[in-house]
This record gives sequence, C-alpha cells and structure tokens, in this order.
Amino acid sequence: MQKIIVSALLTASLSCLQAQETVLPAKEQKGSFYLTNATIHIGNGKVVQKGTIKVTNGKIEAVGDNISVPAGADNVTDLKGQDLYPGLILPTSTLGLIEISSVRATQDAREIGELNPSVRSIVAYNSDSKVINTLRSNGILLANVVPQGNFVAGTSSVVQLDAWNWEDAAYKTDAGLHVYMPSLLPRPSFGGRGGGFGMGNFGGQGGDPVKEGLEKMEGLKAFFREAKAYQSLTDRKATNLKFEAVIGLFEKKQKLYMHATTAKQILVALDFVKEFGFEMVIVGGSESYQVADLLKQHDVSVILQQPHSLPTAGDDDVDQPYKTAAQLKKAGVLFSISDDDSQTRGRNLAFNAGTAAAYGLDKEEALAAITLNAARIMGVADKTGSIEIGKDANIVVSSGDLLDMRNSNVTAAYIQGRKIDLTDKHKLLSDRFEQKYELKAPRKGF
Amino acid sequence: MRFYKLFIWMLLLSATYAVQGQPTFPENGVADPRSGFFVFTHATIVKDAGNTLQDATLVIRDGRILAIGSGLSVPVGAVEIDCKGKFIYPSFIDLYADYGIPSSQQRPAGQPFDFFRSAQLETNQKGPYGWNQAVRSEQQAHTVFTSDESKAKALRELGFGTVLSHIRDGIARGTGTLVTLANEKENLIILKDRATAHYSFNKGSSTQSYPSSMMGNISLLRQTYLDAQWYKSQPQEEGYNMTLKTWNENQSLPQIFEANDKWNDLRASRIGKEFGVQFILKAGQNEYQRISEMKGLGTSFILPLNFPAAQDVEDPAEARFVALNDMKHWELAPSQPAAFEKAGIPFALTTADLSSVSQFARNLQKAREYGLSDTKIIEALTKTPAEILGVYDRVGSLEKGKLANFLITTGPLFQDKTVLLQNWIQGIKYAIKEDAGNVAGTYQLVVTTQGGKENYTLEVKSAGAATLYAKDTLLSRFSFDGKQLKIYYAPAPVRQRPTMDSTRARGAGMGARFSGMAEQPLPLTATRLSGVANGNEWNGVGSDSLGNPLTWTATLVKQGAITIDSVRKKDLPAVGKVVYPFLPFGWEEGQQPRSETILIRNATVWTNEAQGVIKNADVLLKDGKIAAVGQGLAVPTDANVIDGTGKHVTAGIIDEHSHIAAASINEGGQSVTSEVRISDNLNPDDINIYRQLSGGVTTSHILHGSANVIGGQTQLIKLRWGANDEGLKFANWPGQIKFALGENVKRSASPNGNNRYPDTRMGVEQVLIDAFTRAKDYQKQWQDFETARKAFEASKNKKLLTAPVAPRRDLELDALVEILEKRRFITCHSYVQSEINGAMEVANKMGYTVNTFTHILEGYKVADKMKEHGSFASTFSDWWAYKMEVEDAIPYNAAIMHKVGLTVAINSDDAEMARRLNQEAAKVVKYGGVTEEEALKMVTLNPAKMLHVADRVGSLLPGKDADVVVWSDHPLSIYAKSLYTIVDGTIYFDRKKDEELQQKVDQERTRLVRKMNGEKRSGAPVIPAQPSYQLMHSCHDHGHSHGLLVIDIE
Repeated sequence: MQKIIVSALLTASLSCLQAQETVLPAKEQKGSFYLTNATIHIGNGKVVQKGTIKVTNGKIEAVGDNISVPAGADNVTDLKGQDLYPGLILPTSTLGLIEISSVRATQDAREIGELNPSVRSIVAYNSDSKVINTLRSNGILLANVVPQGNFVAGTSSVVQLDAWNWEDAAYKTDAGLHVYMPSLLPRPSFGGRGGGFGMGNFGGQGGDPVKEGLEKMEGLKAFFREAKAYQSLTDRKATNLKFEAVIGLFEKKQKLYMHATTAKQILVALDFVKEFGFEMVIVGGSESYQVADLLKQHDVSVILQQPHSLPTAGDDDVDQPYKTAAQLKKAGVLFSISDDDSQTRGRNLAFNAGTAAAYGLDKEEALAAITLNAARIMGVADKTGSIEIGKDANIVVSSGDLLDMRNSNVTAAYIQGRKIDLTDKHKLLSDRFEQKYELKAPRKGF
Repeated sequence: MRFYKLFIWMLLLSATYAVQGQPTFPENGVADPRSGFFVFTHATIVKDAGNTLQDATLVIRDGRILAIGSGLSVPVGAVEIDCKGKFIYPSFIDLYADYGIPSSQQRPAGQPFDFFRSAQLETNQKGPYGWNQAVRSEQQAHTVFTSDESKAKALRELGFGTVLSHIRDGIARGTGTLVTLANEKENLIILKDRATAHYSFNKGSSTQSYPSSMMGNISLLRQTYLDAQWYKSQPQEEGYNMTLKTWNENQSLPQIFEANDKWNDLRASRIGKEFGVQFILKAGQNEYQRISEMKGLGTSFILPLNFPAAQDVEDPAEARFVALNDMKHWELAPSQPAAFEKAGIPFALTTADLSSVSQFARNLQKAREYGLSDTKIIEALTKTPAEILGVYDRVGSLEKGKLANFLITTGPLFQDKTVLLQNWIQGIKYAIKEDAGNVAGTYQLVVTTQGGKENYTLEVKSAGAATLYAKDTLLSRFSFDGKQLKIYYAPAPVRQRPTMDSTRARGAGMGARFSGMAEQPLPLTATRLSGVANGNEWNGVGSDSLGNPLTWTATLVKQGAITIDSVRKKDLPAVGKVVYPFLPFGWEEGQQPRSETILIRNATVWTNEAQGVIKNADVLLKDGKIAAVGQGLAVPTDANVIDGTGKHVTAGIIDEHSHIAAASINEGGQSVTSEVRISDNLNPDDINIYRQLSGGVTTSHILHGSANVIGGQTQLIKLRWGANDEGLKFANWPGQIKFALGENVKRSASPNGNNRYPDTRMGVEQVLIDAFTRAKDYQKQWQDFETARKAFEASKNKKLLTAPVAPRRDLELDALVEILEKRRFITCHSYVQSEINGAMEVANKMGYTVNTFTHILEGYKVADKMKEHGSFASTFSDWWAYKMEVEDAIPYNAAIMHKVGLTVAINSDDAEMARRLNQEAAKVVKYGGVTEEEALKMVTLNPAKMLHVADRVGSLLPGKDADVVVWSDHPLSIYAKSLYTIVDGTIYFDRKKDEELQQKVDQERTRLVRKMNGEKRSGAPVIPAQPSYQLMHSCHDHGHSHGLLVIDIE
C-alpha cells in the first residue's frame, strides 16, 4: 500500500517535473520602471483612473494620475486601461504544507499534540509546490502559511510566492500563534442500530463538550500566565521552549489567531484580550456578525475563512455567508477574506471577495479585504497591501475586474518589483494538449 | 352498609386463583380445578367504542365471555360481583409491545456502515439460511417467547391485556406472536403462534456490509420478494433455503412494516404495492407532517406516543443552533394521533418507542389534550388492533364468546380521577389498584397511649389525602389501600401550611397529575399509626413520638360526598401550522406557489437557441411551458408581469452531478449494486433544495456515490420546493446509472487497506467485464425463455410438453440489461486517462456506450477518444489536487474538451457550489476562452442533452418546460443574483418573497423559544438544547466542509 503511494507519487512528480522547472523565480529588481495608463485600485478604497506608478528597486516610488514619465524610455509599459491592483494576500492557507490532501506523505500541516506553540510552519513550506503558481495566476502574491492542529497548533508565517526556498519566501516570520478552539457545541453520537440513518443521541459519549472545552481554554490561560511569569523568572532551572515561543504575544510582536466559529467561542476568546492584552484575530468567524460590536469594542479583527459557504443553520438567511462581510464592515470591524477550499486550493480568493461585494460591500472595500486589510491583520501593512509609496511593488495587472471570474484575467504580476513568470502547471498541461489536438500553434521550445 | 360493600371488594381482591391446570402436566399435590365462573352485575359496560350498556351484566367462565347484556339473570353457580358505579371496558391491545422476547434474542446492533472498515461480503450465519444476514424471515417469535411477569405487570397496569411480540432484528424479522399478559404458562397465553410477519429498514445485528444504505435495504427487500417467488419453483441449484421458504410461508399473515418516519412509510408502501402487499405501518413521530400522503396509502398505522421533549433554550447562544423545524416538531408532534383521527386514517396506539412504558398514560393524556377523542382512543387500543390482526372475533370488544379480557374502572376511562382497579385477562383477575371506595368523610380518631386518650378529627378527602386536627392542624400523612391504612403525624411547624397529598405526581388515575407543591418533611419523631378497616370502624396500633406503643380507633361520623369529575371541555392548545416541506421557508397549506402565466418584459434573454442572446426581449410562460420568446409580446390579461429592464433571463440551471435530497447516496456494500435506486429514497426535506433555487438551479441529477464500480440508478429531479418525493421527480425521464473508477472504488483512502475486489484499476476492468458478461448471459436466458414460452403457448398439445420455467429475476442484472438495450444510460465517475480509456474499451467490447463521464478531470487528455466513443463530459471548473488521481486536473479541461467537439457540462457534486454554477460556468470563459453563450450552455442545455431531456429543458424554446431564471446581472458574473427561479411556470424562489419568509422564520422562532422557555418555567422536564445537525451526503470524493452543523456522511 505504502509502496503504491510512494511509487505513484514518484511517477506523478516526475511527469510534471519539467512543467514546474521552467518557471524560475525572478531576479531582484534594480533601477526604475513605469506602468502607465492603468485604473489603479490602491487597496485602501481609493481608485486612480488613468494612473501611473513608478517602481524603483522593488519599491513603489510614485503613484498617481500626474506622474511624469520620461519620453521614449524603454522601461515604460502602457497598460492600456487595464486594472492594476495590490498583490492579493491569502490570509489562511496550507500552501506549501499540503501538496495532495488525501496523500498522507504529502501532509505537513498538522503536528502531533495539543500544545505546540513552538511549531513553525515556515520550515515546512515547500516553495516548489505545484499549487503556488496556480495562485499567482489569479493574482495571489502573498500567503499566510498556517499550521493545522487540535488546539495550539504553532505559528504561521507570511510568504511571498516567488522564491527559491522558504528562507527567500519568508515575508514575516512566526507572527501569528494559531489556536483551534474546542467547538463548545454538543455533537450527536451515532449509537443507533446498524443501518439506521437517523441522528444519533446526544451526550452518549465523551461527556459535556462545553464544559470540557471551557476547561481546555482555562488551561490555556493558565499556560499563558505561567509563560508570562517565566519571562521575569531569573533563576530558570530549565528552558521551556513552549513558554519562549509565546513571548512575542506579550510583546505584541505576535498576534493570537483564534480559530473560532460560534458566538460563544468568540466570547470565550475575548478573555485573552482582556486578561493578557493580546492582539487577537478570529479565524473562521462565520458567526462573527452576531458579536460584531463586541469585536469592534475589543479591537479584534476577523478572517472570514470562506464566504462561499452554506449558511450555518437552516433557519439562516440563505445568503448569510455572503452578507457577513458587509455586516462586519458596518460595525467597523477590521476583517479580511480568505479562501480555504481544499478542492481549489485558494485560487478563488478574489471571487470570494467579489461575492461579498455582490452582497453589500463596496467593490473597493471587498478588494481591501484581500489586500490592505489582510496586510494589517497579518502585520505587514508597512510593506504591502496597497499601492502606496514606499511599499514593496507587489502588483497585479488584470484586463478585467479581478473580483469577477467573468472578467478576471491576470496579465502581469510583480513581487517586490520583480516581474514574475505567470506560467503554471495547468497552463503548461493545457498547452501540451492543445497542441496534441492542434488547437494552437506549437510553442517555441516546447 | 357502605363499608360492607367495600369489604366484599377487598375479599375479591385477595382471591387469586389459578385456572384449570394443563391436563398433560402432572400436579404436585391436590388438584384445584376451578371454572372461573363470575358474573359482574350493575356495571356500565363499554362493549366497544360505540356501544355502552348501563346497569349491565357480564358473565364469564373458563376465560371467555359467556353472556353480556342488560337484564340478564345471575346464573346459578357463578360468583356475583356487584359493579355498581364501576365501568367495564375491553382491555387494550398493543401491536408493538416489547414483551416476552428474551434478551438472548436481542443481539447487539451491527456497526453503522463505515466506508473505511473492511468489508464483510458474505453472511457469517451458519446453517441453511439465505445469503443476507439481515433477512431473518425464519425467526419465529413464538418459539422463543418467554412470559415475563415484571413487564406484563407494567403493561397490565396501563390496561393492556393482549400484545403482539416479535424479534426486532433484521430487515425481515419473521413472525410475531399474539399473547395475553396473563401470568400463566406460555402454553396458555399464546393466542396465535404465527400472527404476523414483520419488516423494517434496519438491518439490526447484521454485520454484513450489504445493505449499507436505505436504497440497499429497499433493493434487498425487492430482490427477496422475487427470489422467494422463484424459490417456489424449487430450483435445484438453490438447494434448501430456509430463509426463502419461511418468507413464503409468512406471506399469508398480516404484514407489519416498522417504517418509523413519514418518508419511510411511503417507501415501504411502494415496495408493498409492487408485490401486492398491503403493509400495516408502524409509524414514527412525524407522519402528521404529510397527513394527506399517509391517508393516500390506504392502510392502517400503529402510532407510538413518544413525543419530543422541550429543550432548554434559555441561553440564546444555545438556542441559536436549535432549528425551527425541531421546535415546531416539538410543538406539533402530540397532535399526530388527532391528525390521524381527523384525516380518517385507521390506527392503533402502541407503547413502543417510549423510554419507559410508564410514560404511556401521560403521553396519551397529552394526545387527548391535542384533540384525540376518547372514543378514538378506545378504538385505537381495542378494536382497530384486533382487526388489523384479524382476531376481532377473539379480542378487542366485549362480546359473547370472546376472551374475558376486560378492565374494571371507577369511572370513564382517561378522566383524571378514574382509577383502573382490575385488569381481567382470560378470566383471571389482576388487581391494579385497590378500591378505596368512597373513603371520604369525617372520622373521630381516638388514640390510647400510656398517658390516656387523645382525641383528633380526621378529615379524609381520598384514599391518599386527609387532614388531621387536634386544636390546630397537624402535619400528617395518610394512606388507605382499601384494607390497610397508615397515618403519620406531628405538630405542624409554625406558619407552615400542611399538605398531605401523597398521590402527588404519581398519576393515581389514567390521567397524570402534577403538583408543584413541595411536601413538608415529617420529623423523625412523628407518631405512626397503622391499622385495618373493619366496617365503619378502623382499629390499629402505633408508636408515639417517644416510641411508646399505643392503640387507636377511628369511627366514621360523617360521610363525605362522592366527588365526580366534572368533564371540562378544554380548548385545543394553540400551535403553529404544518409547513411543506417541514423546514424553514416551507409553505403553509394554501400558500404553496402555483403555476401562473408570467410575462418577463424587456430583458436580455439568453435563449441557448439559434437567436442567441436577444436584448430588450420578452419571455412568456404559460401553463408550465415557455409560450413565447421575442420582442414586444402582447400582455395576456391574467399575466404576472415581471419588469426585466436591466435584467437577464436564462433557462434554469441543471446540475448534472448532485447528492442533495436523498436519504442515502452510497450503497457501498458490494462492488456491483446496479439494483439500488436513488428514486427509492428521495428526501424532500432538504433545505438545500431551497438554497439551490436561490442560486437558479431548477433541475438536479441525483447520483449514487462513487463507493463502487457499478453503483446505483440515479434520479433526475426538479427543485419543486414543498413537493413530496414523487412530486420531485422529473417525469418520463430515461434512467441513468452511476459507475465509478479509480481510487474510491478500490478504497485507496482506507487506512486499513482493502479486502473488497477490486483493489487496482486492473480489477476495475475485470469487475466491468464480469458484470456485463453475466448480464449478457442473463439477457440470453430470458430471451430463450421467452422463445420457449411462446412456443409452448402456441403448441396444441401442451399436456405433452413441460412448461418452461422462468429464470430467476435479478434486479442487478436487469439494470445492466437495460444499459445493453440502451434504455438506461451511464454516468461514470472518472479521473485519469488510463481508466477512462479502459472503460471505453470495455464498453466497446460489451456493446454499450458510456453516456457521460462525470468529474473527468483528465478528459482533456483523451477528448478525441471520448468523442469517437460518443461520450458526454461533465466536469468541475477548477477542482484539483485533493487526491492523487486529480493531480493533473486543470481548469482548462472543459474548454479543451469543448474545443475538441465534446458536449461539456459543469457540475457541482456539492450542495454549496451548486448555488453558484452560473459562476462556475464563467470560469470556462476565463480558463480557455470559450464564448459566454457556450459557457452558459454548460450549466443549462448541455447537461440537458446528456440527461436526454433537451427536448424539455435547457433552453428558452417555446414548448419547453417553463424553467427560467431572472438574474439581476449578467448571468456569468459574480454580481448576478437570481431574482426569480421558476420551475414549470411556478415561482419557487422570489428574492422579495424570501425576505418575507425569513421574517416569518424569525417570528416563529421567537414564538417557539418563548413557548419552550415557558415550559421550562412551568416546571416541566426539559432536555439540554440539542443543536440541529444536518446529515449531508457526498459522493465521498472530497473534503469540502459545509459548516458547523453539517455532518458529512456517505
């Protein structure tokens, strides 16, 4: 069995080795270039029509509709009215940690144990994953690589998606500690007679999930209290790596990412803001609209993991998941939108934002949810997230509305000013078979 | 005088005797034969629900009724029992009692199906049984029946005299036996050994993999009917098959099916109808939700009385996850028996499904409060069950010659103060409660202690309640059982009101009573009296507060008045309405949308026909069909006019691959299960029908899952929200069947490996070849038989010839023959090029076509071969990398296949994505540059083609079904919303109306949460809030999470 998988994998990876290997990370950008005649979506809600941006040494040096461009220069690209966006940021992802969801050998997202604050996703990030380039093709240039877990899962890191290895990819390292909260919701057990299709009984096994979950959360508080005390302990007899891994939380160098869905979970999570003053992000948050004002009050931000979802309950508004973003916006909550669909591996991020725009958000607000606001939550807004002076030139150019699959068509992308190769495995395979059927002329050098 | 009568009653109570001993059994001692000759006089006798005799006489002897009527003379030699003031009723019958089946027969349940567990493909039952462990028609309850006095007593106390018992194990459960609840040897109490035959949809203790689904259960039953019929021809190759033999023997009995659910009632009845069997249905709790369908079955029901408990929904965060329909069900379930009565559906009542039979009286009372009449209750507990069993000549009413099974009560049954005194079974008396007579009155109590006499006044209200006075009221307890009595008393604590209601909450009568009052505890130093009634005087002994002995006497000084229940006509409880379906957003009766004439004006119309996209055009829908498409159509007078300005109109979306609205999806028990049918187990109570309407879906192809190579027969449905299972079906549709290849069928994801053939793609090919080879042989067998049969029919000297014997009908092979004869089409789950080519090669060899390759994510690699084979392709827009075999899946797949010339559809295979299929189609423009019109066809016209219904749906062509969507925006845009989704000219989703429905949902929730909270505050028992999880089926192909309250199952 194991052998079969291994050999199958080997065969598979050999067959597309060529595909991935033709895509080289771009070289460091030096000097200046201009992108002109674009509809520039800044990422902060503003739009510049017929705008120009100037990039120098990987940074945005100027942006506006009145930037002078040297005449006859060969470093000017006329975008001919195309839309220009900040590089999209995928706020939660197992990118580079899981290659094929059902093949165990390719799974590096979930470590054993319930208290893994020192586990770091960045060291397992495979910058040669075949998935990466398919995301870039849809405008995603940065991703937060998040470990999965049963409770305290480890730290996430933000990576840029054009790199030789994880060290090159690292954009902000270990900045988020991820806690997967217990559900605090009773679940039925299937104790019925065989062949039955009804719902099982509640509370048959495993005791009271609410009580147990709350105890677990109390245990986590106790852990943080000790971790805090440990910092000031002068006569440490033993080094505690777990305590050391969370020092950043107290120093506000890290954020606490609470993976939580229900109002009750979120209310419990607020304790960590109140007692420890942590900067907190709720991940998932499909029920966050119910406590939006409290989130605002406590400066807690939200990553909506998947607007393309079914409503939680049958009684809910059929479009509730589509409307949640607008409700958070109305309450003034800082939020971003993610796409954690394991079938499509995140490439529909922009369309999840588009749906939020269809159901109450302004289009530029929806864009901010996957650019500037995501950057703010991730703590990288000083470097990226918007087309603003001094930031990294992380830029996407599309010949149509990036949020609408009907028009979205990424024609160019830049990471830190480097123009990246938008070839991906899918384009190459498409190309290969279009040639088989003579649907297009043979590609050069193919 | 009054006490004299009472005394006689008490004597009777103590006079237990045995019926005549069995002649074949030796007697250890002196024989004591008695004839049980009794005459009950001056009674109110309720012979049956419709006949009551006043001041009547009942004569019984040898366990039977000898005579019954008014003005009968007392026969010589009978013991007379004066029943003045008493009522006599026929005792009750329970058709679903759990009585007398020893625990050794109650084998543990087999584990629920688990896709990953190793398969048990054959029966592990030793002996000459049939092939499937879940078919247990050889079970005979009477052969294991063992009387059980403790259980019998509990049932007798409720008034039952006769019960039907069977072994509740298996899909076929063998025969039930009718017994009385007399405490006698089994020989004497079995009234009918093989009284009934029993069936269910629960495989019980069977550990065999098949069946693992509702569809499989149904197919197994159908196949067994066929096999049993065939077995009658004594086929040599089958040998001796005890299961089939007994199955046949059981057919002449009343057939009882434990369905336990409204849709299962319909499913069971359909099986019955196919094989000429009228099942009596053991119901569940929710049949009231489809009462007209129940009525339409024209059969009798056995109704349990287990009503859902109120939930503790005081915490809004917990109430949030309790669904409206669960709360509505809590409110409405007790009205089920009344709903059956109102609808005129015959039914019996049972103690089944209650966690304790003692709840029966209380729940019966509740059903009564919700409108069930007393007459109907009596009928449902006596005549109806007797008639169902065909034993009304023996039990079920009080008639000459019938069994002496009757109840003696103090008043009309089911009234609060009525006490069931005795339950006579087969002429044997079982005392239930002692008759305290009219004990009420004022007594002079004299207690003689060492210190002298103390005088008290005892005011007795009933056998269980009295007040004791000296100067002040004392704290006391009183009880009297008709013979013995007890009195405890102590000085009352200051300022505390004494209460003495010792019957509190015990349900002394048939009606349950509750009292919120807490009893004052008696101090340990209370004086204790006990004694015996002797006529008008009570005498006894006792012990005072210091423990000194005493004697006492109580003498009646004033008789109390007999209190008679005032029969109050209570108003029916106010409850919400049943909605269709029984879900949020369901329609109230009469509010269901109807087909109407609709004119959509001035819209951008995507015809999917030669006219292409027409701007500023109108679409007219009439009589459920598209009547006209064009510019400037005249407005019919009765038309509902929809302003389409700035809007787009398309044909309704058709999802080629869906798993909604079914009770089960995967029959994973075997590698070939072509006999199972999704159509057998549609589930109209799926909220996803409504949600998908909101996304413009009008037709969905409900596929069997991909657990096996040859899966089950699929069903095309229209999303007619509120319709029943038959009403969902797409009429006159040539059937399809699901096949599957690759990882799922070889169970690659199973952590424990796989023991079910095939384990490789090589084996998959062999399974296909083997199945179709068998199908061809089978086809020929039948052809040969038909030829021989015709020759035989035509022959003039038939007597000299042997009539040809029909081959065994095999439902599995029937479906495959349909494929070979092009009457059924394949949709084949497939991923990688090798298996796709392999499947086509087998098809070519065997002479069939793979109609549709579904998923087909490597279709772009073999599109030319698929075109040559004549296949359609139905795929995802952009899924990949969730398992090994989709590693080369690319979003350009659909475009390439389209460009090579295949008819391509984009499907969902997912309840969530189905709501956005228009946008999924848009991705085919994005990835591969297909035109927008062609892309839209991939979710409308193209799936219609591969489903062979393109003449009916898929485009806006006059004459086609009026399945239409009005979009707010360009239909391929992320910003597009369905404003109206119309099926057959009926607006099933209207975005404005949806807001109203949502408000109703919220209001109804608020009302019910308050009502449940009221229940809790009134002191009624509540259970913790139970989140309403939804089971969601998938083809077991991907790990798409559907949220907090969804449990993904096979």
